[in-house]
Amino acid sequence: MSVPITPEAAAAAALLGPEPSGLSVPPGAGPALQPTLFELSRPGRGGGKVAHPPKDALDRIPAAARRVTPPALPEIDEPTVARHYVNLSRLNYSIDTGFYPLGSCTMKYNPKVNEWAARLPGFASLHPFAPDALAQGTLDLLWQLEEALAAISGMEAVTLQPAAGAQGELAGILMVRAYHRARGDLDRTEVVIPDNAHGTNPATASMAGFTTVSIPSAPDGGVDIEAFRSALGPRTAAIMITNPSTLGLFEKRVVELLEMVHAVGALAYMDGANLNAIMGHFRPGDAGFDVMHFNVHKTFGTPHGGGGPGAGPVGVRAALVPFLPSPRVLREADGTFRLEAPGERPSSIGRMRSFVGNTGVLIRAYAYIRAHGGPGLVQVSEDAVLAANYLKHRVAEAYEVPFERPCMHEFIASAAALKRDTGVRTLDVAKRLIDYGHHPPTIYFPHTVEEGMLIEPTETESVETLDAFADALIAIAREAHEAPGLVTSAPTTAPVRRLDEAAAARQPNLRWRPVAGAETPCPE
Amino acid sequence: MAYTPHTADDRERMLAALGIDSVEALFAEIPSSVRAAGLPLPAGFPEHELMAHLAALAAANRTGLAEFAGGGVYRHYIPPIVDQVLLRSEFYTAYTPYQPEVSQGTLQSIYEFESLVAELTGMDVVSASHYDGAAATAEAALMACRATRREHVLVSAAVHPHYRETVATYFRGGDLALDEIPLVADGPSAGTTDLAALERLLADATRPVAGVIVANPSFLGLLEPMDEAVRLAHAAGALLVAVVEPVSLTVLAPPGAYGADIAAGEGQPLGIPPQYGGPYLGLLAATDPLIRQIPGRLVGMTTDVDGRRAYVMTMRAREQDIRREKAASNICTNQALCALAAAVYVATIGPHGLRDVAAMSAARAAELEATLAAAGAPRLFPGPYLNEFAVRVPDARRVHEALLDRGILGGIVLADVEPGRPELADGLLVCATEVTTSAEIAAFGAALSAVLAGAVAGRTGAPAGLASPAGGVR
Repeated sequence: MSVPITPEAAAAAALLGPEPSGLSVPPGAGPALQPTLFELSRPGRGGGKVAHPPKDALDRIPAAARRVTPPALPEIDEPTVARHYVNLSRLNYSIDTGFYPLGSCTMKYNPKVNEWAARLPGFASLHPFAPDALAQGTLDLLWQLEEALAAISGMEAVTLQPAAGAQGELAGILMVRAYHRARGDLDRTEVVIPDNAHGTNPATASMAGFTTVSIPSAPDGGVDIEAFRSALGPRTAAIMITNPSTLGLFEKRVVELLEMVHAVGALAYMDGANLNAIMGHFRPGDAGFDVMHFNVHKTFGTPHGGGGPGAGPVGVRAALVPFLPSPRVLREADGTFRLEAPGERPSSIGRMRSFVGNTGVLIRAYAYIRAHGGPGLVQVSEDAVLAANYLKHRVAEAYEVPFERPCMHEFIASAAALKRDTGVRTLDVAKRLIDYGHHPPTIYFPHTVEEGMLIEPTETESVETLDAFADALIAIAREAHEAPGLVTSAPTTAPVRRLDEAAAARQPNLRWRPVAGAETPCPE
Repeated sequence: MAYTPHTADDRERMLAALGIDSVEALFAEIPSSVRAAGLPLPAGFPEHELMAHLAALAAANRTGLAEFAGGGVYRHYIPPIVDQVLLRSEFYTAYTPYQPEVSQGTLQSIYEFESLVAELTGMDVVSASHYDGAAATAEAALMACRATRREHVLVSAAVHPHYRETVATYFRGGDLALDEIPLVADGPSAGTTDLAALERLLADATRPVAGVIVANPSFLGLLEPMDEAVRLAHAAGALLVAVVEPVSLTVLAPPGAYGADIAAGEGQPLGIPPQYGGPYLGLLAATDPLIRQIPGRLVGMTTDVDGRRAYVMTMRAREQDIRREKAASNICTNQALCALAAAVYVATIGPHGLRDVAAMSAARAAELEATLAAAGAPRLFPGPYLNEFAVRVPDARRVHEALLDRGILGGIVLADVEPGRPELADGLLVCATEVTTSAEIAAFGAALSAVLAGAVAGRTGAPAGLASPAGGVR
């Protein structure tokens, strides 16, 4: 039985169809907001985890080098720390608590065996400066992972060093730059990018010293081939495209596009964010892409961690192999493995970061690939695409779906008509989904679709979950007509309601200071 | 395929709703000329076989030696509560907190992380994390260039070589210039940043300097003259980037105290295991005037419409998804779960405990210094250090290998990580922490004595009677 949140909500709840699951939670029974660690601090509490050092331990440190005022860190007993974090965790939505259809993020189930694997002491306690002879197990795993990613992508070689997809993009575009320079081709200063690309693509091109040329997409959602043709020329270093695109559509004219790019001497970068749709159906290296990155936290089920850590391996075709970041993992003739020595390959673009890569994340990705094998990964993509098309079919009952073509692993829906008719925006629909117990999809991205919702169900959600989500979206569309206030005031069942983001940006409070903290009341 | 819920009936039901016979129809837009037919990978493992395979790979590593390797990554005691919190899947299976109403757990934990690091560093603004110490240092260098509108950065040759190389990689794109500040060659300050050379480099008016990067403690473990470096940098209109190690900041002057503009560093010592290179935690902090130049996520405290305290990602106009090619950096998602580990670690260890960790590490290191000196490996440089230092060992690479045979990971062979630096050719970089035991130190000393004696006597075999100190040695 629902407990009324507001009189309007009560009336509407009585009137409307499927009951938002969130409304059956009585107010106050949900997870409560928490005071900060600093407010939990009491002098003399906590600590006691490590032995006390001898009194003279620091006498040999010159006085001028020492800290004068101790840091005002909180003093908290372990039971209170445990309760603090467990209660904080309950304020989070997560894959393990519900459906998380964030388009372009591939929020699939994170297998538990992978968490076990990464924590094996043989992996977790290995020092990154351990000599190769001590690291043969991890090096073997990394080498096999490179091979597997090369097989999945059709690329010649793979580096595992980049720490995230965005850093993989930077590594890839720096390799493009090095490739052209090595050929004495110094005038290629432009990177051509469709306007619906992830923001990281133009930001990466800028960081790598290129200017960006933005290309509008065609009416069918694909790239505008003619616009690309006129943008390409002797100044083009590379194109960066996402395939399937950020609209969830496969680039039908990809062969023609790649021919055009190569004809002008440029290279083709593929943003691999959407690889989950195409495993075993399309290998970018075979098709002629020169370089791509993988997001292992999307395609290969490694946890998103509330915003990292991920890993962003990069695959390249043969022409770019000399420029791969260092160090590479090498397999010797006798079957042992080693890391490249500093300076061993002068053509390398250099290091992207310290050590070999986010090994703990890569172990999880390796476990995922091995658990599935080739046939399993193909099934992953097929199930992801089937689920997305089924959900799109259901959502189309109440929302516009701008592109009639089959989608890949995700699709875009629009609440533009709903907004026109009722004033209810996509943002409101998204927030109302929270009251129905679902995480909102990605909204207002790509920017090219008005009132867009990018919805990606992944292969690990059951038909029942897909139906429940579609039913919720359809119910919200009805609410928008019949009780729009219910939608525009949502969420009402989340730990907090909508935030004052303008104030947060205008007068940023980015760290605890006792005075600033006291301005907003401490949650009890 | 272990993780799919779909039965054959489920798939049939979805296909029927779509009015198609086979999922093949959904892939029809892939041109036939580039259509792949499956993947050249073997079939998947059943889970128990997968576990056996992974356990065998982990066992093929050799760990459990008496370890004295640091070089920016340190073994510290990690209370089990840290991993227990990380295993709350409400944390690790959530995404970047784009929907603050259902992400307050992640958001508050990041705000608390920012606050803890601000206290440790004495800085005003702390980014919600970067990839690692190297990438954070590179972003700090780029920040200095943006803030000063200059294109030339100086980095001390005593900054971690991986960080220097990473800055060089990040600078390649913007055609920014990076020069090294040499180290003092001899005397009491040998091995530290050469301030006279720094002053000369800063005086070149044709190449105005945006930032000066100095690490304290340095890669070689030495304490650097940070006050002087700040004074020189500021006098030339440059910013000072301090590369710091967070545990040390409980006992060493923090960058905020000596006037650094930006602090960067590796957060791994705060509750994150070595795991052969990552994931770690890039720390990046700055003074208030640089707030709009700092890249990466920032979480701020605000209120919801009912006036309740709440947290949100803020100042988003700096970021790539809003600014695209004009963004401060391409960084987006990075190391939130590692930031959570660091916060849980600091909260659990507490301020006194963290100071004890730093001081006990220093005490163990002093014990190690005396033991190694007695065994014939004196320090390479004479200046003060906290818990890491270089020692001089003839034929260091071979000695290091011989120590492995005796169950000792005898630090880092400096010639392997800093090739082409003759002054480091005979160096081993060694460290101790609070988990280093006296027995391990004694075993290192005994093994080193034996190896060096063997070298003198022209022997290669191991003498009898050297017990494995840490157990677990094969």
